[in-house]
Amino acid sequence: MRANDLASAIGAGHDEVALRQEEVFVTLSVADQLCGIPVLAVRDVLGPQAITRIPLAPREVAGSLNLRGRIVTAIDLRRRLCLPPAPAGTAQMSIVAEQSGELYALLVDQVSEVLSLSLRQFERNPPTLPQEWARFSTGVYRLQGRLMAVLDVGRLLALSTEPA
Amino acid sequence: MDDLLSDFLTETNESLAEADLALVKLEQEPQHAPTLSLIFRLVHTIKGTCGFLGLPRLERVAHAAENVLGRVRDGVLPVTPDLITAILGSLDRIKLIVAGLASNGVEPDGKDTDLILNLDAISEGKAPSATPTVAPPATLPAEPPKPAEAERPAIPMPPSEPPPPSVPESVAGDPTAPEQAMAGQTIRVGVDVIENLMTLVSELVLTRNQLLQQARSHENSGFTGPLQRLSHITSDLQEGVMKTRMQPIGNAWNKLPRIVRDLARELDKKIELTMLGAETELDRQVLELIKDPLTHMVRNSGDHGLETTAERRAAGKADTGRIKLNAFHEGGHIVIEIADDGRGLPIERIKSKVLSKGLATEADLASMSDEVIQRFIFRAGFSTAAAVTAVSGRGVGMDVVKTNIERIGGTIELKSRPGEGTVFTIKIPLTLAIVSALIVQAGEERFAIPQISVVELVRAREGTHAAQAVDQQTVTSLVERINGTPVLRLRDRLLPLVSLDVLLRLREPAHQHTSTAALATHAKGDDSLTIIVAKVGASEVGLIVDRVFDTEEIVVKPVAPVLRHISMFSGNTILGDGSVIMILDPSGIARASGIAGASDGRHANTSATSHIASEILPDKTAMLLFRVGDHDIKAVPLGLVARLENIVQDRIECAAGLPVTQYRGRLMRLVPMSGHVDLTKTHQSVLVFTDSNTGASGDRRMGLIVEEIVDVVEESLHIELCGSKVGVLGTAIIAGRATDVIDTSYWLTQAQPDWFDTLPETQDGGSHRARLLVVEDSDFFRQMIVPVLQAAGYDVIGVPDAAKALTLRDNGLMFNAIISDIEMPGMDGLGFVRAVRASGAWSDLPMIALSGRVSERDIERGREAGFTDYVGKFAKEALLASLRQCLAHSPYCEPPALRMVA
Repeated sequence: MRANDLASAIGAGHDEVALRQEEVFVTLSVADQLCGIPVLAVRDVLGPQAITRIPLAPREVAGSLNLRGRIVTAIDLRRRLCLPPAPAGTAQMSIVAEQSGELYALLVDQVSEVLSLSLRQFERNPPTLPQEWARFSTGVYRLQGRLMAVLDVGRLLALSTEPA
Repeated sequence: MDDLLSDFLTETNESLAEADLALVKLEQEPQHAPTLSLIFRLVHTIKGTCGFLGLPRLERVAHAAENVLGRVRDGVLPVTPDLITAILGSLDRIKLIVAGLASNGVEPDGKDTDLILNLDAISEGKAPSATPTVAPPATLPAEPPKPAEAERPAIPMPPSEPPPPSVPESVAGDPTAPEQAMAGQTIRVGVDVIENLMTLVSELVLTRNQLLQQARSHENSGFTGPLQRLSHITSDLQEGVMKTRMQPIGNAWNKLPRIVRDLARELDKKIELTMLGAETELDRQVLELIKDPLTHMVRNSGDHGLETTAERRAAGKADTGRIKLNAFHEGGHIVIEIADDGRGLPIERIKSKVLSKGLATEADLASMSDEVIQRFIFRAGFSTAAAVTAVSGRGVGMDVVKTNIERIGGTIELKSRPGEGTVFTIKIPLTLAIVSALIVQAGEERFAIPQISVVELVRAREGTHAAQAVDQQTVTSLVERINGTPVLRLRDRLLPLVSLDVLLRLREPAHQHTSTAALATHAKGDDSLTIIVAKVGASEVGLIVDRVFDTEEIVVKPVAPVLRHISMFSGNTILGDGSVIMILDPSGIARASGIAGASDGRHANTSATSHIASEILPDKTAMLLFRVGDHDIKAVPLGLVARLENIVQDRIECAAGLPVTQYRGRLMRLVPMSGHVDLTKTHQSVLVFTDSNTGASGDRRMGLIVEEIVDVVEESLHIELCGSKVGVLGTAIIAGRATDVIDTSYWLTQAQPDWFDTLPETQDGGSHRARLLVVEDSDFFRQMIVPVLQAAGYDVIGVPDAAKALTLRDNGLMFNAIISDIEMPGMDGLGFVRAVRASGAWSDLPMIALSGRVSERDIERGREAGFTDYVGKFAKEALLASLRQCLAHSPYCEPPALRMVA
């Protein structure tokens, strides 16, 4: 199963996913919120990179970077989620994902461990979740002491082409 | 062997290989319908082509095999291994015959009766089909290496050499075939292999560049020598691989003769197609992309361009219409011309289509040159064929052609002469894969500009009055500002300038509102600017950048889908130092900045004043020069200014937050041209504009505050460049300097936004305004006079020539008076007045002549020809007085078809 299909399968609903007992996520934090991206959707994890700014691009696009000779479009996850910009000097890491043959890098504050989680810990989004998050989150995992929002890569990368 | 046969052999060999595979697959999956239909189709095609080429033996075998397959497809026969064997046997026989055909050019002798009988038996379901009837098996292993059997579907690579015309060994066991050596000369290689090779070479070039860049910082290291060699070899390799991708353009043309023939029959025209330069080579990728546009354009030429035989005879031309294709190399480009000797583009039809589609207004059209109007055919949804014929006009228009050509970095131009024909010129780059680019910096970012569109680099200096004298000795190019907008004076031409960082919004918004600020930031220390003169279609634009680095070979990669809407980039690439960089698209930049644009894009903005024209007014015009700001000289025709005043600062008051003054007993609105009133001055120079014919409502007036009134000069105007800038009609070189000619109608509305709305009523007090027709060939003057007349309370329509005016008459339009220029191309004013007086609905209308020449003799001649009055150009008051007089004398009649033009 392709990573994106998986992502959309998760997006399609809880029931289909319930067939699998365990789900593996790459965890990351953005503005102190713990998030998870299905591991199959992740192609690469990168440390801080030199990013070329692209004038007139949609505001979520941070620029482009060179990943082993391929040009990757960097998406600023904070801006995508309508969060305040990262404090100056933050060395942002990125998670590289593929969408219809194109590579995208999601800029996040920190990438942490890979977790294998049981579906019993899964909950749908609380209805009160703000629209900015509910749009991209397919649900929430209850972890020890904190919550992890599951991000849908497909939806994150479905940028409108409105100029900034 | 003729081409047809060799094509057939190539194709058949491919089909056979494919059929072999598919049959084996079918045996494993007998129920797989798509495989079955594939085999059926392949065999059917072979049979069909054989019949066409007159190859009876092959045809019979293929026919028998097809019959069996047909029955299987219909579900009558099951797929059995025996059946598959029988079919394979027939394929083998076909191969055998094909091989013989390839070596001798004729079908080898032999009988296939047993095979055919067996197949027929199977198809009737009778025979057990147990006897594998593979024809003389002994010969099969000896089958020669097939020249054309590629492992995968491939496009013939070097088509200049048709698939080897011979096979080393003939099937009949003729071992002494002399052509053995020939087999090795060409091989067919899958396109994907070549593409992959190209990608690898591109990467290699990048790596080489990277190495070279690093080596530059360590001179005299031991690497220099080997690196040099590596660099040379890489270049050679690149060239070599490029060469494998090259194909003669004739490949894209080979279908055309047939298309033209069919076209001629269908349309009952006689068409001769000439193709020159078919051997001109270009990149395979480019070739594929221009194939369809070319076909479409040839169709168009035949269908729309060429007349019918009868029409040609009537026009005194040869019966046979000619379409000529010509391809040749020019610089790094290939140029393809498609010419016909037909009727040329029908300007009037294009105009009416433009109007009906709402692409431009009548006034816009009137101010456009024929060339500009012709370019409307490149707009979406534009087809001038009155009727949709079977041939063209199927919705795939010239817009698609243009888009396709522009997509590969090409341009398309057209030249058309009525009655003589049309020539389309397509210019496309030879290859898309690797281009040479200039790396520049703007703001903090670096960008690549394809070298092909860079004309020159210019270092220019800010031009000021004081600096000018000094500059003339040192720096030849001068940047001058018109209303804050920089233009470059380059060898007596004016070049629109675009600041890259402003355009790409690279600076903080605070600095962006005036380009002056941006310009100032460019001029670091030594106030000199680096300008890249880039070519956009037929025009040029200057790009202001902060720094120019090196040129570099870059591999163009398409941008990510989320960035494709940004028209200013044509792609991106990775530089030698590993950083990603955007590639600028000069035509996108020109479009985005609204200047000289992608030739026809310039009319996207339908405001009449926004168009670019270059014209010379034949008559000398008195121009008032004045200064706005420190060194910004502007001009206005003196005839439009009522008075010049020097108003004492104390007398300028404020009403409703706006500056006014008491002037001749009434309040007059003041508009500072610079945007604010400089309170430090004791006197303000004011140009007074009035509007004095308006009877009861009293005359309206407005004062334009300028810095200083400089001079009055009398010059022939050469209006050179009109931007879409508000308040400016265009730029002219007056007294040796680039000078803006202001748009008075704009400034009038600044003083009184309803200046043109609450138009005063005409003398008879009725609600209808008198309607005027202005015939004037100069766009500039028409734009000047029309607002003046509108301000005076008339409905005005302006047309560029007498012919157009007479068309309006024939369409039943009615006016109250006509104002016409005397000196016009085509029918002049005197001819026009005679034509009007001679007949038609307008014969009694008052007509006023406008001319730069107002001698007694001229006036005499004008009156003799039939003009009611004769007025000098720019003599506004005289014109308005004359109009009042004329209209008072003529009975006011309501124009009958007034609303037709809207």
